Amino acid sequence: MLQKIYDWIDDRVDITPIWRDIADHEVPEHVNPAHHFSAFVYCFGGLTFFVVVIQILSGMFLTMYYVPDIENAWRSVHYLQTEVAHGQIVRGMHHWGASVVVVMLLLHTLRVFFQGAYKKPRELNWMVGVLLFFVILGLGFTGYLLPWDNKAFFATQVGLEIAQQVPFIGEELKTLLAGDPNIVGAQTLTRFFAIHVFFLPAALFALLAVHFILIRRQGISGPL
Amino acid sequence: MSEKKQQVTRRQFLNYTLTGVGGFMAAGMLIPMLRMAVDPVLQESGAGDMVNVGLSVDDITDEPQRVDWNVEQVDGWHESEVNQTAWVFTDENGDIQAFSPICTHLGCFVSWEGSDDHPNEFFCPCHDGRYYKDGTNVPGTPPLAPLDVYEHEVRDGMLFLGQAKSRGEA
Repeated sequence: MLQKIYDWIDDRVDITPIWRDIADHEVPEHVNPAHHFSAFVYCFGGLTFFVVVIQILSGMFLTMYYVPDIENAWRSVHYLQTEVAHGQIVRGMHHWGASVVVVMLLLHTLRVFFQGAYKKPRELNWMVGVLLFFVILGLGFTGYLLPWDNKAFFATQVGLEIAQQVPFIGEELKTLLAGDPNIVGAQTLTRFFAIHVFFLPAALFALLAVHFILIRRQGISGPL
Repeated sequence: MSEKKQQVTRRQFLNYTLTGVGGFMAAGMLIPMLRMAVDPVLQESGAGDMVNVGLSVDDITDEPQRVDWNVEQVDGWHESEVNQTAWVFTDENGDIQAFSPICTHLGCFVSWEGSDDHPNEFFCPCHDGRYYKDGTNVPGTPPLAPLDVYEHEVRDGMLFLGQAKSRGEA
């Protein structure tokens, strides 16, 4: 049955070469942990992506309950955490996953750095990777405020004061992030929500696409 | 059509026109969005109204006293009453001083003679930050800037306070 559906589609739009091109590749020996166990270091990039996928999925489901409003944000999180079946698990995945992404990202960066895999012709992909790093940190920073508890509030206060230290445009940058020059409040929460859920994920998808396309074009760097 | 006088080919003309029109359409779409996003930055900072803090000028001494009052805080669509505090006294010239109690180190609450070990100074309990009576930070203690100063005004013998400003701008 499934084969028939596949054939029917393939007959019309010829999808076999598309998925072959994406998925059907031989893993070079030097990056295959089955050959050399030490090759597990090559897994960190893929693991980062895997955890990012978990973040996206768990985040999508969290927004079914979360309300980005200062009156209700904390209560909605409390509700989904205590009353909703498996809510604690899904929020737990998003909460801990956020840290795991950063850890995996750092390990991946260290591997690329110490193997010199960023060298010509892969400098551009290193730069894209650095941008991805900033996007992930931005996601961590904006997501931290959303539960709207004391820790979130004061961490954001500190973060905004750090942004304020930027030379010349510090004040404006802080206002742009917080939505008000003096208050961390209703407008800050909606802004951070929008940045966390729409703006940064859009940037993340675009940069990830470039990151992966470049790997495909250039191949994995050779053995040491 | 003579070939020599034709400086712009049909193809170029079409390219320019389409790029121009496309650019206008893209700008027409993006400008309202961007203007909306930067609106808080471009908004006139609501020159803080002076608020009667309920303290008669006659009651202000050279000993800093704590004054609490409420202000209407408007945060976009959300309005709330916010408590504010100042340390108010008259300096040696007889001028009224009103200091913000927010420590310039990490934002804790500073008290006048908050520590028995440091008389005649403002003291922050979080990291032993100290300020002289004129609000300047004691060198060698954590704060790196003097206490912020409230704009003040006297109307009908009552003290009115505005916004706290750092000494740089004040």
